[in-house]
Amino acid sequence: MSAALQNIINQPYKHGFVSDIESDVAAKGLDEGTIRMISAKRGEPEWLLDFRLKSFEAWLKMTEPTWQNAHYPKIDFQAISYYSAPKQKPKLKSMDEVDPELLRTFEKLGVPLHERMALAGVAVDVIFDSVSVTTTYKEKLAEVGVIFCSFSEAVKDHPELVKKYLGTVIPTSDNFYAALNSAVFTDGSFCFIPKGVKCPMDLSTYFRINTEESGQFERTLIVAEEGASVSYLEGCTAPAFSSNQLHAAVVELVALDNADIKYSTVQNWYAGDENGVGGIYNFVTKRGLAKGVNSRISWTQVETGSAITWKYPSVVLQGDNSVGEFYSVALTNHYQQADTGTKMIHLGKNTRSTIVSKGISAGHSNNSYRGLVKIAPSAAGARNYSQCDSMLIGQESGAHTFPYIDVRNNTAKVEHEASTSKIGEDQMFYFAQRGIDAEAAVSMIINGFCKDVFQQLPLEFAVEATNLLSFKLEGSVG
Amino acid sequence: MIYPDSKTILEVRNLCASVEGTPILKNMNFTVKSGEVHAIMGLNGSGKSTFSKVLAGHPDYEITSGIVLFEGKNLLEMEPEERARTGLFLAFQYPIEIPGVGNSQFLRLMYNTVQTHRGKEELDPLEFDDFVRDKMKLLEMREDFLDRSVNAGFSGGEKKRNEILQMALLEPSLAILDETDSGLDIDALRIVAQGVNQLANKDNAIIMVTHYQRLLNYIVPDFVHVMVDGRIIKSGGKELALELESRGYNWVSDEYKAASRVAA
Repeated sequence: MSAALQNIINQPYKHGFVSDIESDVAAKGLDEGTIRMISAKRGEPEWLLDFRLKSFEAWLKMTEPTWQNAHYPKIDFQAISYYSAPKQKPKLKSMDEVDPELLRTFEKLGVPLHERMALAGVAVDVIFDSVSVTTTYKEKLAEVGVIFCSFSEAVKDHPELVKKYLGTVIPTSDNFYAALNSAVFTDGSFCFIPKGVKCPMDLSTYFRINTEESGQFERTLIVAEEGASVSYLEGCTAPAFSSNQLHAAVVELVALDNADIKYSTVQNWYAGDENGVGGIYNFVTKRGLAKGVNSRISWTQVETGSAITWKYPSVVLQGDNSVGEFYSVALTNHYQQADTGTKMIHLGKNTRSTIVSKGISAGHSNNSYRGLVKIAPSAAGARNYSQCDSMLIGQESGAHTFPYIDVRNNTAKVEHEASTSKIGEDQMFYFAQRGIDAEAAVSMIINGFCKDVFQQLPLEFAVEATNLLSFKLEGSVG
Repeated sequence: MIYPDSKTILEVRNLCASVEGTPILKNMNFTVKSGEVHAIMGLNGSGKSTFSKVLAGHPDYEITSGIVLFEGKNLLEMEPEERARTGLFLAFQYPIEIPGVGNSQFLRLMYNTVQTHRGKEELDPLEFDDFVRDKMKLLEMREDFLDRSVNAGFSGGEKKRNEILQMALLEPSLAILDETDSGLDIDALRIVAQGVNQLANKDNAIIMVTHYQRLLNYIVPDFVHVMVDGRIIKSGGKELALELESRGYNWVSDEYKAASRVAA
């Protein structure tokens, strides 16, 4: 591997600082008492406590799954703190009231909370160690009837909506980590777009884990009623700790008739150092229910962080003519492991799904695409197109593709394409011979490779994603 | 052409290079002046392609001894991209495919990077588009070529034309054409040669590396060199190429061995 390229890849994590903000951290360990404590701290109604306890009961009966293509020491669930919140009360009307240290944190992260955000016209919900700190643009959104707030506010102010949809897409017993999240989640975002409303701005959430040995279990619920549409962006970072933190989020999307939800993620949790020490275990369950006719749910993700990423943003295509999309770029470097993909479950007639997955593996990392396309007997005329491309950088990295296809209706059409390529020394030399340095060359090749996915991102995110990939890859071709 | 007031562009003295410990270039000596067109001929394995890659700075080759001066500067100390920016251009024998990277983007990045390093103005995408289309006419290239990925799915002829197009954009002071004639049909060969001839002037120089006389009918060299076993053993004018074409390479080696024995 050429030295110049090696250097580009191996740049330090720029979000690896800890904010000096006092946190209210629960003692480590998990039992029924912990759950009652979390619920009490958040002043939750009885039905939500019941939801948690039921989930906890289910979780206790489940065993930790091991089928993914990732290796890590067994997690001690009793060694994790299940609640950490910034001490300062998150009841704020304007940004001026936010703890300046917190604001500096977001500045370091490059989260454009102030004027830039206003110019961009993006409403932001900020989740800091599982607790929502501030939500901007709430009033402006309220004018058109859009509810965008922290999950705990939603529980207080719109309990009927939360109760109606919570756990309807991902049941509490769905899987080990979803059950754990359902038992212990502390906060997250809630978003409701009423009938016929096109959300006037992109909605955005930034997540950050700040406390060592705390888990982050946030919960996101987005509901788009008949004819509503919304574009939702999610960004994540965490400081550099030598221990591993568990992040087990649950995201549920519900789209009714003719509704459209676009969910974009740029995930840059701390990935561990170049020897694979530390980093986030990102075990996330994301699923959308395209419930109504002609509804559409689109996932776009750019996964660059975390020691281990393990997630499959999926779509259940229940409504006739509904559309599911999954566009993914997963980049792994050093000793990172990613096992990610999607599930497209076709139930309705003439449902259509598209899967475009781009995996980039560098260093000693391991990158797997795992996807399920299921066509139920009821899904006459269903169509799926899947494209899975892998790019290898260097000699030590691995790329794997695990496509599962289950077709139970003979009028369905399913296509799968896959390719593997490599950034080779000869490509790099070709660029160099034309005066182009290694950084610019890698960036150009990677952007070309990811073009189909980046096109799906909102503009500001596309730029961020492009920079992030170049930054992450600085140093590793040959 | 040979000009009386020409300046030295490239000077190679006793250059030795090896790949994975095996010596390939053995005391290579070679000088190129502005305005000149040189042809380096030789059989497979004689080291001529290695010589072009060594000049361009390919990382697989280790320089074990010798000096290379490019426009008076120590070439061997320069990174490959610096060499390119300074004005050394290699038209590859096998231009590599770069799927996903659009040709027009690539050409513009290349052009603007080199322009910037030469202290000249960059071109914006629209200006560049006009500029590159103009150059493409020279090589009779189809317009859709700009929208395709770099070399991906190109025919042999298209790849070679793309190389010469890049040369036309970068206007190097030294262009090394490594087996540019291989894989070209006679029409493509004529077009490529025409392009190169239009780019040659009294301030730059061209080195053609080739097996065959064929290309030299179109791009007429001022000097022809025969390379055997990692060094130049005979140099002459363009008539030497014709002689090689009719007599083959063995007589040159034999002559050289005989001369070496006498010298010893």
